[in-house]
Amino acid sequence: MPTVSVGRDRLFAALGESYTQEVFEDLCFRFGIELDDVTTEKAILRKEKHIEEEADDDDDEEVIYKIEIPANRYDLLCLEGLAQALRIFNKKQEIPKYRLADISKEKMIKMNVRSDQTSQIRPYVVCAILRGVTFDEARYNSFIDLQDKLHQNICRRRSLVAIGTHDLDTLQGPFTYEALSPMDINFVPLKQTKSFRADELIEFYKSDLKLKKYLHIIESSPVFPVLYDSKRTVLSLPPIINGAHSAISLKTKNVFIECTATDLTKAKIVLNTMVTAFSEYCERKFEIEPVKVTYDNGDSDIFPKLAGYDMEVPLSYITASIGVSLELEEVTSLLNRMQLHAERSKSSDSQCLVKVHVPPIRSDVLHPCDVMEDVAIAYGYNRIPTRKPASIKPLPLNELSDLLRSEIAMNVYTEVLTWILCSHKENFAMLNRKDDNSAVIIGNPRSADFEVVRTSLMPGILKTVSSNRDHPKPIKIYEIGDVALLDETKDVGASNRRHLAALHCGATSGFELIHGLVDRIMEVMAIPFVPTGNNTGYYINLSQEPEFLPGRQASLIFKGKHVGNFGIVHPQVLINFDITDPCSYVEIDIEALL
Amino acid sequence: MAEEAILGFLQNNEKITDSGQFSSECNLDHNEVVNVIKSLHGFRYIDVEDIKKERWVLTDEGKKYAAEGSPEVQLFLAVPEEGSISKDELQKKLAPSVFKIGCSQAGKNKWVEMGKQVSRKVQHVEDKVKGLLLQIQEGKEIDIDSITSLKARKLIAPQIWKGYSVKKGPNYAPERKKVATDLTRENLQNWKELEFKEYNFNAKGAPLEAGHLHALLKVRKQFKDIFVQMGFEEMPTNNFVESSFWNFDALFQPQQHPARDSHDTFFLKAPSTTRTLPEDYVERVKRVHESGGYGSRGYNYDWKREEANKNLLRTHTTAVSSRMLYALAQKPFEPKKYFSIDRVFRNEAVDRTHLAEFHQVEGLICDRGLTLGHLIGVLNDFFSRLGMTKLRFKPAYNPYTEPSMEIFGYHESLGKWVEIGNSGMFRPEMLLPMGLPEDVQVIAWGLSLERPTMILYGIDNIRDLFGHKVDLDLIKRNPICRIGI
Repeated sequence: MPTVSVGRDRLFAALGESYTQEVFEDLCFRFGIELDDVTTEKAILRKEKHIEEEADDDDDEEVIYKIEIPANRYDLLCLEGLAQALRIFNKKQEIPKYRLADISKEKMIKMNVRSDQTSQIRPYVVCAILRGVTFDEARYNSFIDLQDKLHQNICRRRSLVAIGTHDLDTLQGPFTYEALSPMDINFVPLKQTKSFRADELIEFYKSDLKLKKYLHIIESSPVFPVLYDSKRTVLSLPPIINGAHSAISLKTKNVFIECTATDLTKAKIVLNTMVTAFSEYCERKFEIEPVKVTYDNGDSDIFPKLAGYDMEVPLSYITASIGVSLELEEVTSLLNRMQLHAERSKSSDSQCLVKVHVPPIRSDVLHPCDVMEDVAIAYGYNRIPTRKPASIKPLPLNELSDLLRSEIAMNVYTEVLTWILCSHKENFAMLNRKDDNSAVIIGNPRSADFEVVRTSLMPGILKTVSSNRDHPKPIKIYEIGDVALLDETKDVGASNRRHLAALHCGATSGFELIHGLVDRIMEVMAIPFVPTGNNTGYYINLSQEPEFLPGRQASLIFKGKHVGNFGIVHPQVLINFDITDPCSYVEIDIEALL
Repeated sequence: MAEEAILGFLQNNEKITDSGQFSSECNLDHNEVVNVIKSLHGFRYIDVEDIKKERWVLTDEGKKYAAEGSPEVQLFLAVPEEGSISKDELQKKLAPSVFKIGCSQAGKNKWVEMGKQVSRKVQHVEDKVKGLLLQIQEGKEIDIDSITSLKARKLIAPQIWKGYSVKKGPNYAPERKKVATDLTRENLQNWKELEFKEYNFNAKGAPLEAGHLHALLKVRKQFKDIFVQMGFEEMPTNNFVESSFWNFDALFQPQQHPARDSHDTFFLKAPSTTRTLPEDYVERVKRVHESGGYGSRGYNYDWKREEANKNLLRTHTTAVSSRMLYALAQKPFEPKKYFSIDRVFRNEAVDRTHLAEFHQVEGLICDRGLTLGHLIGVLNDFFSRLGMTKLRFKPAYNPYTEPSMEIFGYHESLGKWVEIGNSGMFRPEMLLPMGLPEDVQVIAWGLSLERPTMILYGIDNIRDLFGHKVDLDLIKRNPICRIGI
């Protein structure tokens, strides 16, 4: 993306308003440009020369805004174009009507093209004249900078188009555009005092940092493009350098602009960009004097082409693409803010069409979609009501469960899947627990195996160990599944809770290993270990649960809430479940960790 | 030691005829010699032939006598040289077994006079038994009569003795070359000189310590992925307790339907009834059951609120679907594709293929303008991702779907058509009371997760797949589930 540097104070003067940086940034954002950097001339110089920041910074130095411009908006590449676009966007200016000076073909300044010669190297030239221009230093600099920006961007480093600007009063038309042997071209180039022959000039510029990168465009050609006035004064040797003779200065009043090119379309765009941006400084604002270009086969054409063109865009296309319903009047007023003159088309009765006049500066508008985009920009992207395309939301609890299942398997535990239903005594008495009236009780059990909905995963896990008594030790198993508890807040009076349980069974109970697993679960949940009483993470307190061995059991406290327990399984519980090896066990309510 | 002895001996001699003899000559433990022979044979330093010999070894009793003397001699020595000793007195001096055997043997040998009083008949006896036992212990041959008599007294027993005769093998060398079994940090210093022991690729590698996921849940993951790939959103099914209303009535399942019998459904003692239901919707459901509406004649029976209030363990995840569809109908309509895979409960007898709980897989699409063609199309898509490409559909009855179709798939390896699921379009009597627009249809299908998993892993008893009786080894051995990929 190209960037333009403009003086903040000049820009605000041109906009007719001073902004805070924040408000200006918002304006840029809405319009689709970006305030990239805020700096000063000295800071830029220092950066170029890699000098450290000086302590005694001048406070009254002019602030420079570096603004990023979309690559297809050549009209915004200078302060004049940028300021005008924003003024119109802010409804502070009407769309200017650019016009050609009313001048007869006879009186028109002429450019004669020796196309037999130029076709060998750089076939095209287009020209225009700005009359009665008032330059000051800033305008002059902007004028030069714009040429530079255009050269770097659309002109593809001068290979497609090269711009020459001249003080018309130092020259005498008609002009000729030729292509001659370098040996036959002699002139004093810009910023030099002595005359060079063109081939010598090429050699001379090989050591010029700025110009040497353009030499390759013509260097190997037998003929070089060159423009002369009627007195054989060299205007320029495009795309390398202008003549010193016709150089413009702050005092220049009448500017002759020529664009030589290998691409005629781009040459026209470049010429239009130059003349429209600076015609506001002309004596007759927005008026440009045309130049007649005649080829040696007799064909001729008049430049610049300021007519623009009209496009008809269905209103429905615009509103349907953006997703807002807008009346035609709203659309035309929005388009006006984007420098596109628009009105209701009379060409169709059945369909509501917007007739859009695309001005010469808006070479980026190719298709109705470009018009539609401008409507959307002027409407405000961030005001458009959102529509959500169909998409899928995951269930966080199930996704987290699956992630934890994998994590625990990675910690070398084997997953089991046990029944939700169990007997009343498995759920209570066999775990040394009293019936606390928390369980969902089945009214019509077919067998004692299915009397209650488990309130913890412990019976299923212990039964699994009991059924696998011959399995080599240690046994390390886990399960993540739902338990159900009576719950007054639910319509049906009960709700599920997602629990995680893991067990170690071996020659030793593996209490530290289960403790380590608790820490690991907290680690993968990114929950920090904190001192007792701190509510930002988890800590562990000695507990007194009947299913665990006293002194070797603990509560897990997360953000001050009790979310689980672990410990050595009580020897009586082991006997109850017919387990002959010591076990340690953890059970955590993972819903509480979500 | 033993290795040097064997290889050294063979350097100068043709053959070791008997490893046992060789061991005792070299004063080596025969077991150690045998281990060395096996190892040398493995590397083909030597060739071997098995030798089997029957020989006699002392029983525990025999060993005791070899050490302490035979019971008859012990008894004889306990009788005084002069005079006599009372039998009771004698018995006190000896261990009971020694006394008993001693009396009988010494009597038989006519060494003593047995009676109330015991006295010697001869003055000197020789402990021949002890002598024979010691000879056997030393591996000496003894005469056949003595063998027979010792054997009869269970003092000796036959033992098969195994040994080898040994000759030079094809790789014979007087000294074994060191072979490496692994590249270690130490032998990395002299790896060029190393010769590696041949690795046995017929044996499996070392067992791993690993964690494992449960087979059924591995299959669940693949099903879930398939649904998500098809753009389905998961329904929250973490509510086992449900009211009859959402489980049955909302689905236009009449209150007399056999599925609502206590033989099929777990009803609850606690919490026995549901507390709240959306009353206006309940009213519409009651009306459609009793007298119809929405173009339906209804079931024409007395709909009872108490029946609807009865809590149960959900018999299908469609209870959740009915809640989801009702919620959908309370907002401006948007099409939805939902799925769930979770536990459901049936009060059925448990056998090889039935459990009181299993996992139901359910998918549904709610949209305007859906047809039976859409249902068949989405089923073809879904089941082809499971590897079932040939489907056909059987008309069936389901209280809340019309049309209803049982899904049959051609099982290539079983070579037959098997029922793989159930499907249908939800009845208007179910959807319209919810408040869904009239042109909205819902197509749905369901199947169990266990059945395809059992087919996939070749399990024919459901209790081997799911529950506490599952063999942990089975969980550890199950391969990854590759359906859907």
